[in-house]
Amino acid sequence: MSINATLFGQAIWFALFIFITMKYVWPPLQKAMADRQKQIAEGLAAAERGKQEQEIAAKRSADALREAKEKASDVIAAAEKRAQLIVEDAKGQAKVEADKVVVNAKAEIEQEVERAKQQLRERVAELAVAGAEKILKKEINAAAHADILGSLKQGL
Amino acid sequence: MSAEGGLTTASYIQHHLTNLAICADAAKVDGHCTGFWTFHLDTLLVSGILGLLVFGLMAKTASKATAGVPSGVQNFIEMVVGLVDQQVRDTFHGKSALVTPLAITIFVWVFVMNAMDLIPVDFGPVVLATVTGDSHMPFKFVPTTDPNLTFAMSISVFCIMLWMNFKVKGFGGFMHEVFSAPFGPKLAPVNFLFRVVEDIAKPISLALRLFGNMYAGEMVFILIALLGLYQLPLALPWELFHILIITLQAFVFMMLTIVYMSMAAESH
Repeated sequence: MSINATLFGQAIWFALFIFITMKYVWPPLQKAMADRQKQIAEGLAAAERGKQEQEIAAKRSADALREAKEKASDVIAAAEKRAQLIVEDAKGQAKVEADKVVVNAKAEIEQEVERAKQQLRERVAELAVAGAEKILKKEINAAAHADILGSLKQGL
Repeated sequence: MSAEGGLTTASYIQHHLTNLAICADAAKVDGHCTGFWTFHLDTLLVSGILGLLVFGLMAKTASKATAGVPSGVQNFIEMVVGLVDQQVRDTFHGKSALVTPLAITIFVWVFVMNAMDLIPVDFGPVVLATVTGDSHMPFKFVPTTDPNLTFAMSISVFCIMLWMNFKVKGFGGFMHEVFSAPFGPKLAPVNFLFRVVEDIAKPISLALRLFGNMYAGEMVFILIALLGLYQLPLALPWELFHILIITLQAFVFMMLTIVYMSMAAESH
């Protein structure tokens, strides 16, 4: 174990290996490690952003859903109101129609009654004449008493 | 593998703790290399091959690194690199493109070299003897048990530290700090002396701490291996414990380097 010229040889090896590390080992590794660190940081940030966006989207969709529900209930309420209105209208119309029918019927009935009365009037005069003819066959002449019969006909 | 084939305990230990040295023939004394101009071939080869393998793998993985889902290898390397980078961020507050790669290099390289200690002590020599046919060829498989390596690293770190001082504070600022801290300008020589001792202690303590820990650990492995059959219940616990030492020493070397760099980059 003596100090000798091996010293120089070893110093040269040492210098060579420092050079290799400094030139070919450390810079690319450092770059790769730094790049990876950046990539991971970016990835985490993107994930965070995505999460936030998702939260916003969820809120927005909930809002839209609620709005749609409100609109739907409004529509239903309006429809119900309108239906009621239509029913009321129909009821009114039906009543008017029914009244009309009743009035018509009444008028018809009256007409009918009038006609029946007319017929009856005509028949009563004939019957009365026929009866009187039968009763007064012998003593009363129809022609002699025509004015009486005419006033009787008018009196009915 | 104790004391067989004419091996004594002393020569066994000697064999395991001797570096494979090469030098000019003129420098040899009794066939052994002495003097400064000797190269420990085993240290140079093992540390170099390990470094090329591991940094080659890292560079290859890094060149294909994606910011998407990482592959298993990329994930593991990123984990290690990220751990080192976190330490640098916590400790070093200046701006420098060098400190993190420096810390990564130290941690990874020292760790894999220390990890050679986990290969059983006789595995390497036996394989080597089989391959080369020379059973006496010394070869140390753990480069960090060679003080040349640890000193080379710590002195390099020291030089980078000085360079950082000049770069951040400028020549004037650095000199001002050297001569006026901690006792003020009036005691400039004392300050300078303190500073010299303080700074010289840094590379020495760095180098000797790593070398001492790994050398002692290796020595314990060798001693356990000498016990024959009894090594079996002992080698495993020490191996497990050693995993901790390996990691800790790599971490300590890296951490102290970062601390020295941060001291150099911060003005008092």
